[in-house]
Amino acid sequence: MRREAPKSIADYTPLFFPGLMLVVFFVVPFSTMIAVSFFKRDPAAFYTPDFVFENYARFLSTFFGGVLGFSLGLAVLVAVCCVAIAFPFTYLLTRSPRAVQTIWLVCLLSVLSLSEVIIGFAWSTLFSRTAGITNLFVWLGLMQEPIALLPGFGAVLTGMVYQALPYTILVLYPALVRLDPTLLEAARTLGASPIRAFFNVVTPALRNTIVATLIMVFVFALGSYLLPQILGRPQHWTLSVLITDQAIYQSNTPFAAAMAVFLVLISLGLVGLTLLIGRREAAA
Amino acid sequence: MSGLALQDVTKQFGDFKAVDNVNLSVPHGKFVCLLGPSGCGKTTLLRMIAGLEEPTEGAIVLDDEDITPVPTHKRNLGMVFQSLALFPHLSVGDNISYALRIRGASREEQKRRAEELLKLVHLPGFADRPVAKLSGGQRQRVAIARALALSPKLFLLDEPMSALDAKLRESMQVELRQLQQRLGITTFVVTHDQREAMTMADLVVVMGEGRIRQAASPIEIYRKPADAFVADFIGSTNLLDISADSSGCSSVLGQVIPDLALPAGTAKASISIRPEDVHLGKPGPDAIPGTVTFVRDLGGTIETFVEAGGTTIIAVATPRERVDVAPGDPVGITLPPEACVVVKA
Amino acid sequence: MSDTFLRRLYFVAVAIFLAAPLVVVAGVSVNEKQDLAFPPIGFSLSWYAQIFLDPEWRRALIASVVLAITSAALAVAIALPLAWFLWRRIAPWANVFQLLGVAPFILPPVITALGFLTFWATTGFYGQPWTAVISHAIFFVTLPLVTLSLGFASIDRSLVEAAATMGADDRKVLRTVVLPLILPYLVSGYAFAFVLSLNEYIVAYMTVGFTMETLPIKIFNALRYGYTPTMASVSVFFVAIAALVFGLIARFGDIRRLLGAMSSDAN
Repeated sequence: MRREAPKSIADYTPLFFPGLMLVVFFVVPFSTMIAVSFFKRDPAAFYTPDFVFENYARFLSTFFGGVLGFSLGLAVLVAVCCVAIAFPFTYLLTRSPRAVQTIWLVCLLSVLSLSEVIIGFAWSTLFSRTAGITNLFVWLGLMQEPIALLPGFGAVLTGMVYQALPYTILVLYPALVRLDPTLLEAARTLGASPIRAFFNVVTPALRNTIVATLIMVFVFALGSYLLPQILGRPQHWTLSVLITDQAIYQSNTPFAAAMAVFLVLISLGLVGLTLLIGRREAAA
Repeated sequence: MSGLALQDVTKQFGDFKAVDNVNLSVPHGKFVCLLGPSGCGKTTLLRMIAGLEEPTEGAIVLDDEDITPVPTHKRNLGMVFQSLALFPHLSVGDNISYALRIRGASREEQKRRAEELLKLVHLPGFADRPVAKLSGGQRQRVAIARALALSPKLFLLDEPMSALDAKLRESMQVELRQLQQRLGITTFVVTHDQREAMTMADLVVVMGEGRIRQAASPIEIYRKPADAFVADFIGSTNLLDISADSSGCSSVLGQVIPDLALPAGTAKASISIRPEDVHLGKPGPDAIPGTVTFVRDLGGTIETFVEAGGTTIIAVATPRERVDVAPGDPVGITLPPEACVVVKA
Repeated sequence: MSDTFLRRLYFVAVAIFLAAPLVVVAGVSVNEKQDLAFPPIGFSLSWYAQIFLDPEWRRALIASVVLAITSAALAVAIALPLAWFLWRRIAPWANVFQLLGVAPFILPPVITALGFLTFWATTGFYGQPWTAVISHAIFFVTLPLVTLSLGFASIDRSLVEAAATMGADDRKVLRTVVLPLILPYLVSGYAFAFVLSLNEYIVAYMTVGFTMETLPIKIFNALRYGYTPTMASVSVFFVAIAALVFGLIARFGDIRRLLGAMSSDAN
């Protein structure tokens, strides 16, 4: 069947339902949120319609500036850790037998689909004093007595790397699985050891993929909202946590919306950058 | 012995023997074509020489040194891959000088050598171009130049011409052969194209089902095929049953062929006779009777299909030798004994 | 060889990192008493029984499963005609809908969640259980959309042309050729959306968090008031469901291809 342009209104029929749903339940809510970000807070109800910039202005305080800086820094750190671990791992995975790949992919998807609540709970257990990993260290004679490893920055970072690692691997997988294996073989026939060839052929050949993945994981990590609450102290709270907090507990939807709009702008900007890099790679 | 020797080399993938007990020795400076249908083990054999596959059994010996345990990157060889495997993130010049860079050669040394090699493959001044901007033939030449950067002892090519169109392929074959003769480098090319093998090789190694069927000069492979598989794979041929009676007199399709003896003790075998050696004439007592079924006039040659004793025999003649026959005509076939090669059935 | 050894070591290290918290949770879940202890003290499966016997946990389980089943179905219902249209027709502007379908998944989830919160609050439906179904369907429509687009892309168009030469019209082609061929992709898309909806917290919390408890919401609420081993057993139960679903996809489909390998035999 040739692909052809729709000729009559009837040809558009399949588009009606999906289009309607996406416009009514995504475009409209999204626009509502943007509108609300300019509304005034009403402690009794959700908000009252208005057009003020105070929600955005509030942002400029040192407190929110600090939270924003921390969120971005944390997301960058998570992205770097994840890509550093995942890139060699995914490379080795794509060079493994098919059955091994399939088993790993099933496990990775299972971990990826885990609720943030469950990940947070699992790590809080692993880092707890009574059931945690320090009991193993005591048993091995490395420590005197078990201690709690949370709340703390290390716990937040570990939890977020855990959450984002399967995502990173699955984002890298298509590019690495399609990498021409003879590139590496060619490097070896020219005298490069496998490890050397990995660093000066595989890594530079996939430079753009790595950058794009860093950005994707960065955006993914920006979205983490429960782990900083479960594993960290209030100073480890990220923008996502504050948005939830303002919307639900402080009943300040307009301010939450303003922060969300800001987060969207950052995310969209970065996703746009990713697409641009992807296009340049395709053109090369 | 100076040169490359394969000793009882076997490669097994699970239950499947890709390469089965191969023995071959090649003196330095020879051009070897590994020829065979797909799945015959020729690429696996080449990859074992390169160290990209480990032999299950046997040894690969270069200049009396067993290199089987030596990893690829320490073997000092040049290889051209079927996909060419040019590094997409490096320029033409950086691709070629990659091996020198790995070994810590100076920037000037790398530049000088890259330019030298580009001249050798007729691409002077291409060093700064990106690989993506090259044509198929140019990429081919860059891959060859890159493989030769360290003046290796062994030059290996895996179906190097498969991405080129027919005309370019023929000229690259001639060019590659001339380059190899100029450098005197021991070269192995994997191909499934028998014309390619005939054009370039000193030694043609015909492989089938993981084994070497015959290793000989191109003309000997053509004229004296070792078995029916080789005869059939190289060019086109007529394979006919031959039987011998108690007195040792052998006959094909009921016609005695004088001066053609079967190996002692065998009563049945096959002969291979090339279509251009089959003579057609008037039916007579000294000829095998047959009927013309089809005539194909290709201009330069004329192919005549003759049905005789239940099989089809093809005869090829030039326009000057042509016998005027049409489908349905009775003809007599004579097989010159000197052109008949007895092969195992 | 040392290469192989290093590779194994790396695989094992990543495997331990990914498995460790789950192993501890599994251990904790079989404690006999209400202790947060590992290795477990005593052995009991009663905390698994609690998921089904305790009325609050059971209600949350049922709410989660119903939400996942219906929202995944709705997501597929949105994605299927859209993916089909994009494959069948040349209409560049229709790609906007594809972008809209992918956006909720790429953006930080809290944004989508807040969008729904303001929308349902404005329209006055805030807190209705069905709003969570629509919210999840939109949030996860990306998954069936991606798997179905892959599925359509894998259909050889000459198959459809062959059916047309034998007299099948568009509708018949869709039913007799296209749908059977993309069924595995449709099932995978549904399964992905189902599992993720089951685990989703923030969107559910912001839309129906005060009127209805799904399992993730229930776990988080319970976590605020201290520890109960039922959280651990529910977590293990969820991991098991996810592993089972993805295992089935791998068994009956080609998971490598779904995740971006060019063809099933590329190795």
